[in-house]
Amino acid sequence: MTGPGRAGGEWVIVVHEAVKTYSVGSVAVHALRGVSLAVERGDWIAIMGASGSGKTTLMNILGCLDIPTSGHYMLDGIDVSTLDDRELAEVRNSKIGFVFQSFNLLARTTALQNVELPLIYAGVKGRERRRRAMLALDAVGLSDRVEHVPSELSGGQQQRVAVARAIATDPALILADEPTGNLDTVSTSDVLSLFGRLNSEGRTIVMITHEPEVTDHAKRVVRLRDGMVIEDRRQAPVSGPPPLYAAGAPSSVAAAR
Amino acid sequence: MRTKESIKIAVRAILGNGLRSALTMLGILIGVGAVIMLVAVGNGSSVAVQKQIQSLGTNTLIVNRQGGFGPAAGGRSRTGTISRTTDLTMKDVAALRDKGMNPDIKAVAPTLMAQSVTGTYRDATYSPAQFIGTSAEYAEIRNYKVASGSFFSNDDVENHARVVVLGQTTVTNLFGTGVDPVGATVKFGNINMQVVGMLARKGSNGAQDLDDVAMAPVTIVQDSFSGISTSLNNITIEATSRKAMDLASSEVTTTLLGTHRITNGTPDFSVLNQGTLLETSQSTNRVFTVLLGAVAAISLFVGGIGVMNIMLVTVTERTREIGVRKAIGATKVDILTQFLVEAVLLSVLGGLVGVGAGLAGSRFKVVGVTPVVAPYSVFLAFGVAVVVGLFFGIYPANRAASLRPIEALRYE
Ligand SMILES: Nc1ncnc2c1ncn2[C@@H]1O[C@H](COP(=O)(O)OP(=O)(O)O)[C@@H](O)[C@H]1O
Ligand SMILES: [Mg+2]
Repeated sequence: MTGPGRAGGEWVIVVHEAVKTYSVGSVAVHALRGVSLAVERGDWIAIMGASGSGKTTLMNILGCLDIPTSGHYMLDGIDVSTLDDRELAEVRNSKIGFVFQSFNLLARTTALQNVELPLIYAGVKGRERRRRAMLALDAVGLSDRVEHVPSELSGGQQQRVAVARAIATDPALILADEPTGNLDTVSTSDVLSLFGRLNSEGRTIVMITHEPEVTDHAKRVVRLRDGMVIEDRRQAPVSGPPPLYAAGAPSSVAAAR
Repeated sequence: MRTKESIKIAVRAILGNGLRSALTMLGILIGVGAVIMLVAVGNGSSVAVQKQIQSLGTNTLIVNRQGGFGPAAGGRSRTGTISRTTDLTMKDVAALRDKGMNPDIKAVAPTLMAQSVTGTYRDATYSPAQFIGTSAEYAEIRNYKVASGSFFSNDDVENHARVVVLGQTTVTNLFGTGVDPVGATVKFGNINMQVVGMLARKGSNGAQDLDDVAMAPVTIVQDSFSGISTSLNNITIEATSRKAMDLASSEVTTTLLGTHRITNGTPDFSVLNQGTLLETSQSTNRVFTVLLGAVAAISLFVGGIGVMNIMLVTVTERTREIGVRKAIGATKVDILTQFLVEAVLLSVLGGLVGVGAGLAGSRFKVVGVTPVVAPYSVFLAFGVAVVVGLFFGIYPANRAASLRPIEALRYE
């Protein structure tokens, strides 16, 4: 496993004039009306905006789960619109880790099996798969809960399993849609310090949130309204540590490698 | 993704929904079990009929009088032609034995059935089901072996010898079990006859006990037991080979038309061909078996619809799971394989248990028929179950695979 590089000036995400229009019956819903966004490697972006402003739509496009009606999207220098279904699946598997608001762990499936899932699709087998899943669970501090199924875990623990699943294939980009939306304050700060560690190790994070205190952890804040970017503010330099992250905090991820 | 992983996931999904999976498999189980069992019943009845026909002997032709049994002396003779008679006589037998005329006939035996002849030995009396007057060839044609002593000879036939050969049921009833009757004298009717042989056990042909017999030279039976009738009941003939049966049959017809002096070509007798009999029974049984199999196949089809139904429910229920899997890197093929494997696994497991149930069920008699499992039906039923799983699994699996990830993730 090689950690994602930290060299500045590299664009992980380049979105140019992305438009997304849904047609509901005969009515056209303009979810995105020309969004342009470039994200540098190692950045941590918080996307804010009122409900219905197009945040999730943008996230789906960034995560290669959806394609824009018009405009371009380059992920890691690859024009996503040229990829077929199988290649898109591979990109999602190897370059992107998803964290959802509602965790989306598979029920009746242990934490370990959940974290192994992306590795299965990556073609990693047997002992190696188990080792890497254990490593990811260790990184989120859940090595003592590997045999628990989601219903036996708290919300914060479930979200940490989800984060472990997102980082299992060691992707450079973490996409999180309101990752703390369903969590209490203690779990929220757990997940945010986890994100801080991942970002300080060089992973790019794009995170949707409503909460200002969550936004404060990001290096850059992008605000959407009615499918357009209305604000783009930098809170901390890309190359430095995340604003609220204690630099000396122990990194079990780093320790495990 | 490897198939191994798909199977693991499928097994987990099937076990996770135990009762539902079991009920779905029950549909396939009943289908497969029914195919195996019903084909076995059809097959069993076919085997029974064939055994019955084969108990006549191999390559056998039987000549009957037209109009069947009953006193036949001159019964059908036409006015003015004294010698025209529907009787089958020893003259006919002699003519049929002429190798020059009938090169495809190997052996000829007359049969004359005496009605209710009671045998007495010391205190015991018994009327064998059949008291047959015949010649030495009969044993050969009908495949009777002697367990003790010997069959009577054709000299005995010529000499009107008072000798008899007994089947084992008759022996048991007259002498008791395990007694060798050879040399003893049994009184049949009011004639003392010497037992010269005891037949080896033949068992039942499904319709009658083949050991419940007594056989004596046709001449003495004509003399003493058949009243005024001069006709034989029938003539049993063995052709030289299976292939020669049709030739032998036409030789019989030609010969008997001659001895009966029939010139208009309409025989007053009928020739029963064992081969044709077998073929007819086989073809009716085939129809029977196919019908039974078809009924069972329909239930297998219905079981397949059950699989499809449950897979559609499963896919809908797990829409969100499908979305998650796609988000973390599952391809269309991965999802398709996963659900297809699950459908096939349901039907394979149901099919396996169904094979067990079908084999177990075939051990019991069904309406008097002992089922005989046809190996092909086992493979066919199981194979069809797998194909049914594939066929009915494809649509739901394809539906799962084509779900767009965002739709699947939005699904609540
Ligand atoms: N699949 C869809 N079909 C139709 N309209 C949609 C769909 N997804 C989102 N929308 C619409 O697009 C707009 C933006 O939605 P979304 O990106 O989910 O907003 P947010 O995540 O910021 O709340 C909303 O008006 C929403 O109703
Ligand atoms: Mg949203």
